Amino acid sequence: MNVLNFVNAFFSDGAHWHGYDGIPQRLLEHVRYSLLALALAAAIGLPVGLLTGHTGRGGNALAFIATAARALPSFGLLVLIVILMGFGLLPVMIPLVVLAVPPILVTTYEAVRSVDPSPVDAARGMGMRESRILFQVELPVALPLILSGLRSAAVQIVSTATIAAYVSLGGLGRYIVDGLYQRDYEKVVGGATLVAVLALVTLAVFWAAGRLAVSPGVRRR
Amino acid sequence: MESVTKRYPDGTVAVDRLSLEIPDRSITVLVGPSGCGKTTTLRMINRMVEPSEGTILLDGADIQQQPVTTLRRSMGYVIQNAGLFQHRTILDNIATVPRMLGWGKHKSRARAAELMERVGLDASLGKRYPYQLSGGQQQRVGVARALAADPPVLLMDEPFSAVDPVVRKGLQDELLRIQEELGKTIVFVTHDIDEAMKLGTRVAVMRTGGRLAQFAPPAELLSDPADAFVEDFLGADRGIRRLSFFPSAGLELTTGPVVPADAGAERIAASDAPYVLVTDAAGRPLGWSDPRDLTAGDITPEGLLPYGRPFVPGTDSLRAALDCAVLSPTGWAVAVDTDGRVVGVASQAAIGEAIRDAHAAGRADDARVAP
Amino acid sequence: MNGFFDIPSDLQHSWWGLIGLHLREALLPVLAGLLLALPLAQLCVRVRWLYPPVLGLTTVLYAVPSLAFFVVLIDYTGQTELTVMIPLAVYSLVVLVPAIVDGVRSVPEETLAAAKAMGFGPVRRYVQVQLPIAVPAILAGLRVATVSSISLVSVGTLIGNQGALGNLLADAQKYDRPELAVNSVITTAVLAVLCDAALVLARNLLTPWMPRGTRTRPRRAGRRELPEAEKAAR
Repeated sequence: MNVLNFVNAFFSDGAHWHGYDGIPQRLLEHVRYSLLALALAAAIGLPVGLLTGHTGRGGNALAFIATAARALPSFGLLVLIVILMGFGLLPVMIPLVVLAVPPILVTTYEAVRSVDPSPVDAARGMGMRESRILFQVELPVALPLILSGLRSAAVQIVSTATIAAYVSLGGLGRYIVDGLYQRDYEKVVGGATLVAVLALVTLAVFWAAGRLAVSPGVRRR
Repeated sequence: MESVTKRYPDGTVAVDRLSLEIPDRSITVLVGPSGCGKTTTLRMINRMVEPSEGTILLDGADIQQQPVTTLRRSMGYVIQNAGLFQHRTILDNIATVPRMLGWGKHKSRARAAELMERVGLDASLGKRYPYQLSGGQQQRVGVARALAADPPVLLMDEPFSAVDPVVRKGLQDELLRIQEELGKTIVFVTHDIDEAMKLGTRVAVMRTGGRLAQFAPPAELLSDPADAFVEDFLGADRGIRRLSFFPSAGLELTTGPVVPADAGAERIAASDAPYVLVTDAAGRPLGWSDPRDLTAGDITPEGLLPYGRPFVPGTDSLRAALDCAVLSPTGWAVAVDTDGRVVGVASQAAIGEAIRDAHAAGRADDARVAP
Repeated sequence: MNGFFDIPSDLQHSWWGLIGLHLREALLPVLAGLLLALPLAQLCVRVRWLYPPVLGLTTVLYAVPSLAFFVVLIDYTGQTELTVMIPLAVYSLVVLVPAIVDGVRSVPEETLAAAKAMGFGPVRRYVQVQLPIAVPAILAGLRVATVSSISLVSVGTLIGNQGALGNLLADAQKYDRPELAVNSVITTAVLAVLCDAALVLARNLLTPWMPRGTRTRPRRAGRRELPEAEKAAR
């Protein structure tokens, strides 16, 4: 079990736990990039998805944009942007946001569309304003699906944020890229393990968010 | 509603020059086959659908004059599947409109609890979520929610069509009771003619193409359908149904064949009827018997023929009386008072006579009105 | 765009050659993933308790960055195409298993009961009833797997120029020719869009029984039809 040996060696090496290249520091950087990218993607995807889902208009255009965005290769986009713009945080954020917007946008749209129309009809009939219908009737019911869209976007971001290291930024990708050039597989495996663990933590966070934010009437238990 | 038309962009006309005066504090039912524009008509009243032509006046004021949300908040709205908010508890569902109108949380909740009682829901259900309730209970919540802000008008769009017949009957009775207590102006859409006849003070029958076929009280619909369409829509047993609107008070009853169980043989012999109705000491019916059997020996309850279901003259209609007569093995209907004591019996012939009289009276009424 | 299609000789391929290589490196793994996913998914449908742990494992595998996957495999398979293709097959598998399980599970209980009542055996029931009805869900999974696979092949350039069109990215930096990077990104994106479109076409051909409007949004099929009036009011 080569890989397990690598993992064991990586984490038991005290040198990996301190300093600017230590695990806590790299983990923090990775979480920061990921949160920033998720926040940006959500800032684009959620409002557009909610609005189009509520009005029911623009579904086809949305599907087209999402397909096009999914087709763009994240790594290729990163390299291209770095060539054009130079190094920095922005060139990393662009491919990550492009990656994360489609799942958020499409699931949010679908989630709002799939809300049972009769409560919406009832709400309109009792004189609720459209904004209130969206936020107080549709959103609470659509929330589980919307969260699942955010969740899959977050997992993809956490995994792909490793590319930040390729343009000389930090994060857990540092171990993988450095390990590749130094032929230090222990480092690569260690970094990959940390990324996978972070993805699991992300899942747990979203599970907890779902428990807290989704009404028991929607969860049905 | 004055000459209201709804035409969709694709050219289909859902409602065609409909004029309707909906009376206050009564139930007006819109009924018709699917696609006749009855739901569209209802939804134009709270402007869920805007009419293409014509005006709708509410207490003399054009409904277009006030903001749409204000208008809707002044009308209760109940739809087919209740349309409850699954993320809110029952209490919060009912409290929705009061909260929107700016009532305090406490006051809204108290009002919601009061309404739950009024629509016959147990207070313990208040903390539950809609998925934990049966379809009939959900529909009751829907009615309570519509009543929450005490609107003068209640719009109901096929509210009871998704529940089973037994529950539906309960909900209909409840609605009639609530209407009696609160005196709301209710506009009720249904495709079920029986429901329309049962609930409606006045019934508007609509036909495909969004035109009004007839607008009249149920009894008048049955007696004078405007045309073949209405007649057809009312169904084949229109004559029988119409009897529901004839009182049985004028029905001629006879006490000749009614005999107490302890009466002597001469009393029985005095009645020349082919059957006698035997009653107990309190005057409640026991059953029918052949007079010859009675004179021959003792009366045992087992030896009697069942008397069927009795009717109460004055309360029940001629339809109930006829039903009793048809079901009775002897062809005689048993009339009882509210305490269940026999007041007499009526033959099928006597009921037939009463029906003829009622028809004649109806025609005389018409004759007075017609010229 | 001078020299847009002027591919440096160190790549040993023409533009069309790179496209062919890219498609092979991207699509073979998806096919392998599908072949592995079908029996695995059926197992998960059959043995219910197996699904949650499998779902957890697939999520973890999906979260492992492709580059790390590649690097670890170099030890076993060297700097070859296979090193790129194995992780891609795993990613495809990971996307397809839940898609197929959900698709097969979405077959209505009554349909299965009817098939059973007509005397369908378990194998026939799976092949003739469950699988065809699950086709839309399976193809939705295939679309995601294919597009991401085409995108990820490019990363292979980091492990000894195994990235097909992605190798243009490395050369763009090496020779300072940004147009090669533009070429790489656009060509890859177009390939992804075309493959996606082909799968949509395949789905439409395979599911003539689905009403037109609901194909793109199967979730809406179950919604109550709005009365005509309501549609107009929206």
